[in-house]
Amino acid sequence: MKIAVCIKRVPDSETRVKIASDGKSLDEAGVKFILNPYDEFAVEEALRRKEQAAAGEVVVIALGPAAAQETIRTALAMGADRGILLQSDRIPTDGLEVAKALAAELKGAGFDLILFGKTAIDDYNHQVGPMVAELLDLPCVTTVVHLEIEGGKGVAEREIEGGVEVVEFPLPAVLTADKGLNEPRYPALKGIMAAKKRPLEVKPVSPGGGELEILALTPPPERKEGKIVGEGPAAVPELVRLLREEAKVL
Amino acid sequence: MSHVLAVLEQRDGALRKGSHEVVTGARRLADALSGNVDALILAAGAVRGADQLGRFGADSVITLTNSAFGMYAPEGYARAITERVKSSGYGAVVFAASATGKDLAPRVAARLGRPLAQDVTDLAVEDGAITVIRPVYAGKALLKLKIAGTPALLSLRPNVFTPVERPKAGTQESAVVAGPAGRVVVKEIKAAEAGTIDVAEAPIVVSGGRGLKEPANFKVLEELAAAFAGRAAVGASRAVVDAGWRPHADQVGQTGKTVSPTLYVAVGISGAIQHLAGMRTSKVIVAINKDKDAPIFKVADYGIVGDLFEVVPKLTEELRKLHG
Repeated sequence: MKIAVCIKRVPDSETRVKIASDGKSLDEAGVKFILNPYDEFAVEEALRRKEQAAAGEVVVIALGPAAAQETIRTALAMGADRGILLQSDRIPTDGLEVAKALAAELKGAGFDLILFGKTAIDDYNHQVGPMVAELLDLPCVTTVVHLEIEGGKGVAEREIEGGVEVVEFPLPAVLTADKGLNEPRYPALKGIMAAKKRPLEVKPVSPGGGELEILALTPPPERKEGKIVGEGPAAVPELVRLLREEAKVL
Repeated sequence: MSHVLAVLEQRDGALRKGSHEVVTGARRLADALSGNVDALILAAGAVRGADQLGRFGADSVITLTNSAFGMYAPEGYARAITERVKSSGYGAVVFAASATGKDLAPRVAARLGRPLAQDVTDLAVEDGAITVIRPVYAGKALLKLKIAGTPALLSLRPNVFTPVERPKAGTQESAVVAGPAGRVVVKEIKAAEAGTIDVAEAPIVVSGGRGLKEPANFKVLEELAAAFAGRAAVGASRAVVDAGWRPHADQVGQTGKTVSPTLYVAVGISGAIQHLAGMRTSKVIVAINKDKDAPIFKVADYGIVGDLFEVVPKLTEELRKLHG
């Protein structure tokens, strides 16, 4: 089974967001970058599928700056066979342009599965996977939490409000992974050493600018200072009164 | 003048919660663009609640039916919407940022070759162009975007656009959509336990963290949720989900669900930045924690410092009195 996993280099979820002087972007000084957490589920799933089949190849593909090589190495250390960096210092805000750049690389490469994380924890665009599927005219299931594949057909489960959708699809297909699909492995030292020797191809790309223009990046409004109603159960009647009379939510 | 298409969802032949929010958001855009709102529903037949959409500002309600459209048919829905948008020409297409909407909107966007802004929390028309606000970096920043060209495609974060009554004609039409449903087929929906509400949709969320000490103690929160007369869901922090105490579907936070309920009660949750990302847009936040220095108190409107095993049962008792 030949599997592609599209990954992204993102700021660590612990990052304190400081807005750059242009008022439109993140100040990256001192920011630690990681493999997007949802993409870890995608990498893990690809590795498990390959291991089960005892044959095939897992290729990780990232669109990003030169530093995204490090992110690809993380996936290689988990066990992926090779990496491709579509190198661009500018990642379009418009997810469709990202999808076009990835689709151009994936087209005709003969992948049985193309996996993504359901969203990236920086821009939360939540769209590139299904857009790539549309551009390649492949079936797609998003936010997958359970997956079974047998003989060219798959059954995926995805969480929806108040339940789980059971979805059938034929291969080849594009899937996006949600938390719950698996437990991603930690790269072992052996994997980290091996990753250094695995092929990583760098291809410069110039994605289109798209039609979304960033006007501003601002901190969220501060929540107004709250109050400690009191200590222990004795404070409960006052809390209920405040929720009814002041906040008017009961 | 530019018209707006509001794409609504149904389940089991009834309009989904959130439809009035989508129509309300679409109405705001349509008013600014001096256009009409067409509400679009894809279904297997007539949909309950469709006749109410005029109240919230839908000028017309269009139901597109296909025998395969009873459940979500990703490719069939995307094709039907795309055809409608191409033939009618809209200034904007508005989806719900629900599980279905977030799956469907990118497909339509790619078919139309148009950009998409997901999970929008505010919108406007400035100098004739649609601008939107989207939370990024786990809610630690807000991105303001201008969408060039038409149609603008966007999905609206649930529970943010409070439905506003704006009576319009709400004329009804329906048409049959021919053609296959597509390669991706939803076979069934395994419903969550009867009577439970999804944390992403509940008007009240009661969430527990490590302070609960062990999984069985979540019973205390379930009783509290029940005391809100069926309006509350039980959520959980990442720590307790990772520990296997609660299902992933209940997780609130950066790698879980983003919620914006009217009331969020954080119990035994310290308030790690990943958790705050998922709930900071709640309208009112209550924190109950034994550590008076817990970061959750920084975002809470009301806090009680104390042992949750004493405070929560007392709160449950008071609410039961209130709701009889």
